[in-house]
Amino acid sequence: MSLLSAEGLHLSYGDLKVLDGVSLAVDPGEIVTLVGPNGSGKSSLVKALTGVVTPDRGRVFRKPGLRLGYVPQKLALDPSLPITVSRFLNLPRRRDPKRVEKVMEDTGIAGLGDRQLAALSGGQTQRALLARALLGEPELLILDEPTTGLDQPGEAAFYRQIETLREEMGLAIFMVSHDLHVVMAASDRVICLNHHVCCEGTPHVVRDAPEYRALFGEGTRGALALYQHHHDHDHDHAHGHDDKEAHHG
Amino acid sequence: MVDDFLVRAAFAGIGIAVAVGPLGSFVVWRRMAYFGDATAHASILGVALALVFSVPVTIGTLAVALGMGLVVSWLVTRGHAMDATLGVLSHSALAAGLVAVSFVSGARVDLNAFLFGDILAVGWDDLAVIWGGAALVSALILWRWSALLTSTLSEDLAVASGIDPRRERLILTLALAVVVAVALKVVGALLIAAMLIIPASAARGLSRSPEAMAIWAVLIGAVSAVAGLGLSFGFDTPAGPSIVVAAAVIFAGVSVLRRA
Repeated sequence: MSLLSAEGLHLSYGDLKVLDGVSLAVDPGEIVTLVGPNGSGKSSLVKALTGVVTPDRGRVFRKPGLRLGYVPQKLALDPSLPITVSRFLNLPRRRDPKRVEKVMEDTGIAGLGDRQLAALSGGQTQRALLARALLGEPELLILDEPTTGLDQPGEAAFYRQIETLREEMGLAIFMVSHDLHVVMAASDRVICLNHHVCCEGTPHVVRDAPEYRALFGEGTRGALALYQHHHDHDHDHAHGHDDKEAHHG
Repeated sequence: MVDDFLVRAAFAGIGIAVAVGPLGSFVVWRRMAYFGDATAHASILGVALALVFSVPVTIGTLAVALGMGLVVSWLVTRGHAMDATLGVLSHSALAAGLVAVSFVSGARVDLNAFLFGDILAVGWDDLAVIWGGAALVSALILWRWSALLTSTLSEDLAVASGIDPRRERLILTLALAVVVAVALKVVGALLIAAMLIIPASAARGLSRSPEAMAIWAVLIGAVSAVAGLGLSFGFDTPAGPSIVVAAAVIFAGVSVLRRA
């Protein structure tokens, strides 16, 4: 059974058609990446999946009792609101302090608990958002362009962390990116969106799909080939995947 | 019994401080100052309607403030160009209220008391209303604290955590209406919004956590109320403005000390 699926989502803002019959599903333990050009409806789709916006037509199905973790593009923190990192991690529910410490270590923000959230760097803020999402023990983690505002090494490190987390915790990941190179390598499945799903499949399949080429051009091929190599190394994810699924119930 | 009415006045001021501290913090964090203005100004219309229908003034102001709050909150979620619309609503409600009050009962109503507050005339029954309102608002905010805070930080994060931000916004609107209704007697319609914003803003400089900011806002509000009361009693100045001046002095003091 899918953790989360969408059927025929339609969404318009006034005359602007943002989503036009989008259907998709995320299964336990898999990494699904949503790619698409700017303004293709990626963020709107995420908002529909998390429940922030209600689609005009179509439905979103969640596995009953699904634990969902969400990492937004960025956190618009009003400077008038003083809050430390630990307080933030304990919202809306108090967490076991030992687990908080462990997750902070895992996400690379150990020792920053007493810092003001506003005083963190962009990368640290994204890690804090990730840590907070993980503390809810999600079965599915949704990340909306989580590396916006990070430099390239920071971005690569962030995605490595995500992959490690998937291996350790066996959670499913649905992430959005307009940055094809880094993301596609780590994915089991790529969905290419331009208001509707124009192609879908393994990174290889999507890379070779004419619809994808039409959207992104031939120019990215070199970069993709580079990361493709990396992907082949990690391919045993797909095999390990079944065990995790069973283990996770 | 000179002391008696002073004691009542002091308790009234402290009651208001308890109610506005945490709520005012949310008003500051969520940039809802316009919201406080609009609901507070509308309360004069509530006074007029209460006189027309012979219901207690508190009930009239509560109803109108709540109505205004709901309208404003609905408009905000529709995301139109809000600035002018809110100004129109807020000032029309105030003006209509002033006109209506003058029609209703001529010279018998002391309009100044509603505009600027009349803390020295607070009776035991007023005190019961004020503390009842303060207790209700505190209970509401304490009950919803984590959910309110989460949806203030990010509505998207709140939704993903299973919180409905619309519901939390409604709770703040309700709390705001109650505060307006009970604070009218003490600081007056024109300056209720000031009591929401100034103590909380002064508290920001002293706080490292949301909880600390809410508590500091209560303390600063209480000190302002007592100091303003002294000013009002000693120099026969209007109560509401005196309390707000005291809060403003504390705000300035905190700002200067933080820079030093």
